[in-house]
This record gives sequence, C-alpha cells and structure tokens, in this order.
Amino acid sequence: MPVNEIRERVHWFELDRRDFLKLCGGGLLVVLGGGTGLSQEAGHGFREHELPKEVSAWVHIDEDGRVTIFTGKVEIGQNIRTSLAQLVAEELRVPFDSITAVMGDTDLTPWDMGTFGSRSTPTMGPQLRTMASTARQMLVETAAQRWKADPATLVAADGRVTNPKSRQSLTYGEITHGEKLTQTVSGDPPLTPAIDWKIAGKPHFKVDGRDFVTGKHQYPSDIVRQEMMFGKMLRPSGFNATLASLDTSAVEKLPGVKVVRDGEFVGVAADDAFIAEQALAAIQAKWDVPAQISNKELFDYLRNNPERENGRPQPSSESESVSQAMASADVKLDQQYTVQYIAHAPLEPRAAVAEWNGDNLTVWTGTQRPFAVRDELAETFRISPTKVRVIMPDMGSAYGGKHTGECAVEAARLAKAAGKPVKLVWTREEEFTWAYLRPAGWIEIRSGVRRDGTLVAWEHHNYNSGPSAIDTPYSVAAKLTEFHPTKSPLRQGSYRGLAATANHFARESHMDELAHALNMDPLEFRMKNLNDPRLCAVFQAAAEKFGWGKTKPAAGHGFGIAGGVEKGGYVATCAEVEVNSAKKVRLRRVVQAWESGAIVNPNGLRNQTMGAAVQAIGGALFEAIEFRDGRILNPHFAQYRVPRFSDMPEVEIVLIDRKDLPSAGAGETGIVGLAPAVGNAIFAATGMRLREMPMAAGGEVKS
Amino acid sequence: MNDFLLRINGSEMRVRAPGDESLLSVLRNRLHLTGTKYGCGEGQCAACTVLIDGQPQRSCLTQVSSVAHARITTIEGLESSGALSPVQQAFLEEEAFQCGYCTPGMVLAATALLREHPHPSEPEIVKGMDGNVCRCGTYPRIVAAVKRAAELQSKGDASHAG
Repeated sequence: MPVNEIRERVHWFELDRRDFLKLCGGGLLVVLGGGTGLSQEAGHGFREHELPKEVSAWVHIDEDGRVTIFTGKVEIGQNIRTSLAQLVAEELRVPFDSITAVMGDTDLTPWDMGTFGSRSTPTMGPQLRTMASTARQMLVETAAQRWKADPATLVAADGRVTNPKSRQSLTYGEITHGEKLTQTVSGDPPLTPAIDWKIAGKPHFKVDGRDFVTGKHQYPSDIVRQEMMFGKMLRPSGFNATLASLDTSAVEKLPGVKVVRDGEFVGVAADDAFIAEQALAAIQAKWDVPAQISNKELFDYLRNNPERENGRPQPSSESESVSQAMASADVKLDQQYTVQYIAHAPLEPRAAVAEWNGDNLTVWTGTQRPFAVRDELAETFRISPTKVRVIMPDMGSAYGGKHTGECAVEAARLAKAAGKPVKLVWTREEEFTWAYLRPAGWIEIRSGVRRDGTLVAWEHHNYNSGPSAIDTPYSVAAKLTEFHPTKSPLRQGSYRGLAATANHFARESHMDELAHALNMDPLEFRMKNLNDPRLCAVFQAAAEKFGWGKTKPAAGHGFGIAGGVEKGGYVATCAEVEVNSAKKVRLRRVVQAWESGAIVNPNGLRNQTMGAAVQAIGGALFEAIEFRDGRILNPHFAQYRVPRFSDMPEVEIVLIDRKDLPSAGAGETGIVGLAPAVGNAIFAATGMRLREMPMAAGGEVKS
Repeated sequence: MNDFLLRINGSEMRVRAPGDESLLSVLRNRLHLTGTKYGCGEGQCAACTVLIDGQPQRSCLTQVSSVAHARITTIEGLESSGALSPVQQAFLEEEAFQCGYCTPGMVLAATALLREHPHPSEPEIVKGMDGNVCRCGTYPRIVAAVKRAAELQSKGDASHAG
C-alpha cells in the first residue's frame, strides 16, 4: 500500500545529491518507498531477499538444551516475543522457559521486511513453527539412528527424545551437542493443530516481565557506549523551510562540542547531554518558511489536490450499476466524513546510538523496520549494507509510527563527524513535528436501502486517508469503493490499522444513520445485510455481553454499536456514553468482542484488544494535530490530549477462540470499532450525528 | 559545574553536574540509572516520576541542586533483598503493561499513592494516577494492579505484625 509508506526522505546530504545518479546506475540503491508493503504477505521473501530454508538460521539448540530462535520481527509491546516462543515451544516440544528469542538484529536474524500490518502471527508464526517442527523431526531421526530404532516409535517431549520400549532417553542438547541444525526445510512438515496445543493457546506472562517492573530493561534510548557523546539536531522553524543564515561561532568555542554541518543538516555532539542542549540553543539560525495551509483549508485541499492529474475517474460500469440501483431505493443517504491528522506519540520518542568502527557502522535504534533502516544508512553513507548492523532493543512502542530511520541517520552522521559513538534522543516536540502522522482524510458515502432494510446500493470514496478496509463487509449487489490518493500538506505514513479506522468510522456511522432512517434496530439492520458468519458472531457476542436490546439507557445516556473485519481480525464494539447538559461527553462502558482464529496467547491478546480500544478513544473524541504555515501548533502533551485514566470507561473484552482457523494478527484491527460505536451512542443520547473525527475536540459535542 | 552528593536508593552517589540540570538528565546520563524514563520533558506524562522524600515528583522538572539533601527513590531502588515491592509484584501479576516504557513512572506513582491511601477507592486511584500516561492503553489493568498491590501490601503488613 504505497500510500502508507513514507515517500519523503528527510536527509539528503550534499555528498549524496552529487553521487545519487551514480549510485542508481551502480545498482546499489535500495528502494525504500512505494509498493513495499505487500512483500511478505505470502510468507516468503521480497526481491533479492529469499528467506533461508536452513533450520539453523531460525532455531538453535545448545548443549544444555537452551533454545534460541531468530527472527527479524521486533518486539514493541505487542508481545510477539512471548507468543512466538509459545509457538516454537509447542512444535519443538520443549518447555516455554527454555526459549530465548533474538529479534530485529540485522547481523543475527534472517532478513525481514518489518513489523507491521499484523503480519507477525500469520507469517512469522508458521515460519518458526515449520522450522521447529523440522528440527524436532531431525532430532528424532538422529536419536533413531543412534539407537537403531524406528523413528516412528520414538517420542519427543519436554526437550527429550525417548524410546518408550527400550526406555532410552536423550535430551535435545545431548543429541545436537550444540551443533548447528543443518537440515533444510522442504515441503510442508506437519504442524501441531491448535486443538492439540499444550503451550500455545494458553495464557502466558510477558517474557522478561520482571525487567519491566524493575527498570532493568534497556530500551533503545537507554543504550550506553564507551566515550559516548550526546547529539542534538537543529530543526527548521517550519516545514519546507530554507536556511537563510547560520551562525555557529558561539558554539564552536564551547569545550567538548562538535558542530556538524552538511547542507541543511546542522547538529551538535557534546560530551554531556546538558552541554549538547546549551550548544544547540546557542546556534543562531534564520529560516525562510513559505506560507502553507492550516486545518481550516485541509479538507478542501484534499478534495482538490489529487496525487496524479485526472485523479477523478471516468464513469465506470460499477458507477452505472450503483446509479441504477440507487434509483430503485426507498431511502437514500449521501454523507461526508472527515478525519484529522493524528500523532502516534509513542511514549519513547525516536532514539538511536550510532558507533563507527572504521567503515563499519552499528546503530541501536527504535524502529519497526531494522533492515530497511540498515539499507537507509548504507545508502546515505554509501557503504555496503553488509557493513551496517542495526540492533533493535525492545522499544517503547510505535503504533506504526517508527517505520523510518531519520534518527538513526542523524546519530550516525553526528558520530561520523565526532569520531565517537553518539546518542540522539528526539524530544517530544521533535517527535510530534518531525516524525510523520496518520493521514487525514475526506470520505463520501452514498447509499440506498429498500424499506425492508435491504441494502441495494453503496458508494464509498476515500480521499487521502487510505484504502484499508474500504470494501464493505455487508452484502450489496451494486457497489463502488474507491481510494483517491491526494497530495498531503503534512508528512504522513503508517498508523495502527491504517485507514481502517477512518473507513470504519464512516461506514459504521452511515449504517447507523440508515438504520435510524428505516426505524430499525442498528444491530438488526446490520445482521439483515451480513452473510459473513464470523462477523455476525462477534456482533452477537458483543451485543450479548453488553445487553443490547435488553436494557434502556438512562436519561442523557446512549448506546451505540459498530464492527468490522480487517487483516483477518473480526471486531464488534458496543459503547455507552453520557452527554450532560453542557454537552460534555463521557464514555461510560465499552464491550468489545474479538476473533482472529486460533488464539496463541489469551493473556496477550486480551491486553492488545483492550489497549487498541483504549487508544481509539483519543482519535474518536479529542486527538487532532493543529497546524498552520508549516508549523505544528500543539506539539506537546499539554496541548495534544491523549487518553488518560480519567477518560477510562468500564472495558470488557470478549475473546472468541476459533481453534479450527489459522491465527491472524491482532495488533491493529481492535482499534477500528470504538469511534463509530461512540458516535452512534452520542446520536442515541442526543440526536446529534457527528461525522468528524475527533468528535469532541474541546470536550463538548457540537452539531 | 558543581559536585553533589545525592542520596539515591539508600546509597550516596557523588556526581558533577550543573546545578540547573534536571534530575532526570543526571540520573540517566551521568549515573546511568536508566530505569527513569524521558517521555516529554515538561511534566505532562510522568514517565520520569521518582520519589523525593517519599513524594512523587517529575524528575524532568526537578533541578538537581534542589534535591541535594533529599532522599531520592528510583525504580531501581524498590526491590528489597531481591524481592519485588508489592506494587511491582502486582504490576507483574496483572501484566499491567505492554511496551513497559511508562511502567517505572506508574509503579512509583502507585507506590506513593498507596502510602497516602493504603486502601484506595477507584476514584482515588484515577485521581492519583491521572498525570501518568500509558500510550498502549493498559489503564484498566493498571487500576487492577494498584488494587492488587493494596491487598498484597496489607497482607504483608499483617504478616509482619503477626
């Protein structure tokens, strides 16, 4: 999905510009932009990156039976360090505690596109299970040879191979002696069905949980290297600014400070963090910032600035059939919805520690795409990717916001000039301003229904925010859904769930509006038009737990329901809101039902699903980036409000475990149901239909 | 630059720093006590919470010169003889975190809250913790963890008394 990849590079060093074409000609350029999102969907590599078939690349068993697994996926709070270990323990038949995962280290783990798109469970899960299953077979066969026994008669369990007849038994470590597992996978070895799982499918605590409550865990921003200096970057006073004048003379005199200028890249490195800050403050810079649009003009801009000219498509057969169907409808509706830019605001901002050793570069940094950052560094410094190592210590989250390598590039550039390792940690203001945002969007939906509640025509257009979950899960004979890429006034990119939140907000609000227009119960109207049994099941589960249709809301309260499917995850959300006489909104209760196939770790899944619903409260009610003339006007937590304890409703999560279905990813789609459920509940409470996210930016709802 | 003798987690630590440097920066960058986290630098997220003479304070807004004679407790100082504090234990048992970056600040804020209110009501928990941000959205689990910590603590007190 090109729209959700970051197309603009932040840094083009003088050096690069001159040599850029030469580089392209030399075939070294690794394309980071457009079209990269689809690569690993089928579970194999991308372009030159064939995933290794050797078991040893993925699984190692040492002499003591300790198992190490290797994956290029990264741990960012979604808890795959735990769930992937469960899956491997299950297939390998070893205790869960015997497994350690090495993750996201470009020198040690197989290449990986990145940790996004809810792909870890559906692709890395089977990948590692396949390797573990092959390793187990290999161990059994080796023991069988040693004992001259039939492998089919041997049992692998609890880290040992046993011959039940002869009572011979060897631990895995005794079989391998810590040697590499030389087997290569061919075909599809049998995997243990979820119905037989003993370790996977059961609740497990987060691996190394103790290190998180004692402060021992080292995040990227906690890394310390010998003789390490501290970096600070000079930022332009607005987007698209040009440097008019620069005076660093006051800073050059400071002891232990190195000033680095390379084109419009200006930064400092100092022996201590405090002096680095003072040095940055002492730089005199003037920037010319061109006039740029603000939130006020945003949606006009998105509608009128297609990414490509002639962006508006010619009438198609689909649009003709929608027009015909619309003519036969009893009730028609034509509505517009908007979503603002919002920030990921991971609590750990971008951070990197870069260390050069001759031509070799090592960078510890927080990123969802360590291999892409490695390539970005190699490209920037014109060295082979084999000379760059990126290490990703489990980081302070990302939510889709850390796909890029700006901070790593900056730290590496400073370190190169300083001749010592440099740590750079972005400030909160830098994170709000110079990272990238969830795209804003303008959505139009036109629909037609018959009086009996049958949906007959559906047309859904999304401008800029993205195509994820744009297709309706409801049955409708005539439909047209279209994503219109537009230019974006602000730097934008991936975000948890991508545009599925915006498209669900529009669609599920619209469905609610149709139900009310028909005087039908909103749940009944949805069920009438749904044929997907999995989606029906989550709707029913959420409704039952919530007591939908059983109780009447108190005065000033309202109930709302919404749901959908994306990336193999099915979600339905019920919400109760209270709107007081001052039009202040308070979310009282949320019930969310979730189904994503066979559950690997119910404890982790419950945590993810609840976290997604809670995070969604911000985008639904109050989060919005305010901007004008190339500046973010609210780049602080004091101005950009995120959900807090006092915003919490009572939250109940219902998990449906489908052991007969493959496990899908669960990090993202849990975020999509809340906003429309809340909007529908506000309508039920007040009669006000809100079609803008956020719906209560100042705390109150306004019609 | 001045020399300070700081009393951190029961130990005296000598450090050379400008008096107006933040305690957060001194802890993290000079003493390598990295359990205390930077989240915003302006007292809005409380990831940097430490206890100063038992009171929760934002170390990002605290100048090191102002705590030269105080007792400072960071997340590294809550275990006693290898045993987790009741709050740490409760956070672990409820798994009241995802990425865990806010956890040190949450644990210290909860520790201070339970000293003030050994048996806090839910509104008291919400009020006491509202300055702490968890961007992963684990608030409901954190509330449960604070309740559990109160139970663990009163059990511990009872067994000591017995």
